[in-house]
Amino acid sequence: MTATASASLIAFGKRHRAALAIAVLLIFPWLMPYEALAVNILVLGLYAVGFNLLFGYTGLLSFGHAAFLGSGAYGCGIALVHFGVPWFGAILIGVLVSVFFAAIMGFLAIRTRGIYFAMVTLALSQCVYYLFYQAVSLTGGENGLRGINLSEIGILGFSVNFLNPTTKYYVILAFVAFALWLFSRLLASPFGAVLEAIRENESRARACGYDVARVKFIAFVISGAFCGLAGALKALHLSIVPIETLHYLTSGQVVMMALLGGMNTFFGPFVGAAAFLLLEDVLTTMTSHWQLVLGAVFVIFVLFFPKGIWGSVLAWVVRK
Amino acid sequence: MSEIILATRNVGKSFGGFVALKDISIEFERGKLTAIIGPNGAGKSTYFNILSGAFAPTTGQLLFQGRDISNLPQHQFASQGIAKSFQITNVFPKLSAFENVRVAVQARQVGLNPWRNRDSYADVNRRARELLALVGLEKQAEQTAQDMAHGEQRALEIAMALAAEPVLLLLDEPTAGMSPEETRVMMDLIQRLSRDRTIILVEHKMKLVMGICERIIVLHHGELLADGPPQAVQSNAEVKRVYLGQGRH
Repeated sequence: MTATASASLIAFGKRHRAALAIAVLLIFPWLMPYEALAVNILVLGLYAVGFNLLFGYTGLLSFGHAAFLGSGAYGCGIALVHFGVPWFGAILIGVLVSVFFAAIMGFLAIRTRGIYFAMVTLALSQCVYYLFYQAVSLTGGENGLRGINLSEIGILGFSVNFLNPTTKYYVILAFVAFALWLFSRLLASPFGAVLEAIRENESRARACGYDVARVKFIAFVISGAFCGLAGALKALHLSIVPIETLHYLTSGQVVMMALLGGMNTFFGPFVGAAAFLLLEDVLTTMTSHWQLVLGAVFVIFVLFFPKGIWGSVLAWVVRK
Repeated sequence: MSEIILATRNVGKSFGGFVALKDISIEFERGKLTAIIGPNGAGKSTYFNILSGAFAPTTGQLLFQGRDISNLPQHQFASQGIAKSFQITNVFPKLSAFENVRVAVQARQVGLNPWRNRDSYADVNRRARELLALVGLEKQAEQTAQDMAHGEQRALEIAMALAAEPVLLLLDEPTAGMSPEETRVMMDLIQRLSRDRTIILVEHKMKLVMGICERIIVLHHGELLADGPPQAVQSNAEVKRVYLGQGRH
């Protein structure tokens, strides 16, 4: 391939990244051993992409993003179970609940940076964990929220069987596809340019005339909203919200996914989520020490492929 | 007497118990190229940081076009019409030269719009290309900033500062760490830019600014030592003592 042809291919890929990602996700269930895993990857892939807005694009490492996945899941679930809100409205409520928590956590956390930022987000997400843990009558406490039985949903007047795994996959994909499209637009916008500028050199961005604290806050809330949408979809998918959704291990998991897939790429976190869940799925059938193997894979990637799986693939394509 | 664009009135700055600047009152005129010089530890950088809004003065006032801006937050200096370049190279290292300038232009013209594609702002993109051409970097537009030569990065920084369409341009040691050839190119650029702008620059090497500046201000131990046209300052006995006493610069 000539250099110009390869360059124009890269430019094409970059311009249509959202469409290409969605195209892959349309055929994805047929590549997976079973559909429930495909849905899991879809939902946690969106979680990782949302997290990466802050991590890969703005340069802020949060250790508290479980709070947004969890509060989105609980918000959606509680709206369905306790208030009988229709499924579509429940998703919206899930997103709004996570935006609420993201606004509070973001407001407090953006005053710090580096390791302190990570610690503050971790501590605040633990507060959210205990809040939901204690509110037993609403959340089911340590048993998790049960009773999200969505067997049929109405879409534009049609009744759709949500118990059929393939149908469920495509309904959830519609939301994920919309989110990816929106995410890609956001990154291509002037706002996206400022995020990268802040990641590269915060004081220079300030000298250019940007209100860095405000931009970070907005990015934090948008990131929380994407993760909240992932949480709401997760609640619909699992029909239960386990309290572990809010656990700090869930916050750690998304850091691993983003690093594994490639934090400096649009689709990397999604690839990371897929790799993580596939490995988990295969390894748990082979050994009870699957976390050890997963940990080793993670260490190998951090040490030898710091660009992650997808980042390394893209770098290889660019070099060709 | 031309219009006063920037003035400090009895400005002082201390860090804990250490007094870096004492009672500096200087007025800067519109359209002039002024240099602030002085030996190491003279307080030039502190003074520059006050002029550019990085530090608030401990005492006294900073007046821009007659308004007190002593306590204005730094990110608002750019929108007031004051832009600066830094002593240490300060660009966005992993972005292309073009993207560096575009982000800077965007701050003034577009802001944070999250809904439109950044490539669709024709005015922003045109201005970014113009500024790259102005500082002689039009051929390096697609190069990543961190891969550029030191002199080029400094020129890129000036293009970014100019993106704010400043009334006043502040340059902190614009030739620091440059080769003689790079220094010559930079001084030519500054002279060219000064034709239609007000520029205040801080410099360590007195010889460099003598040829191109209209006014020289000498700081020493945090105090104003001399102020005037280059010839007068050069022949000032105090200035000679301060500079020659430490060896030639």
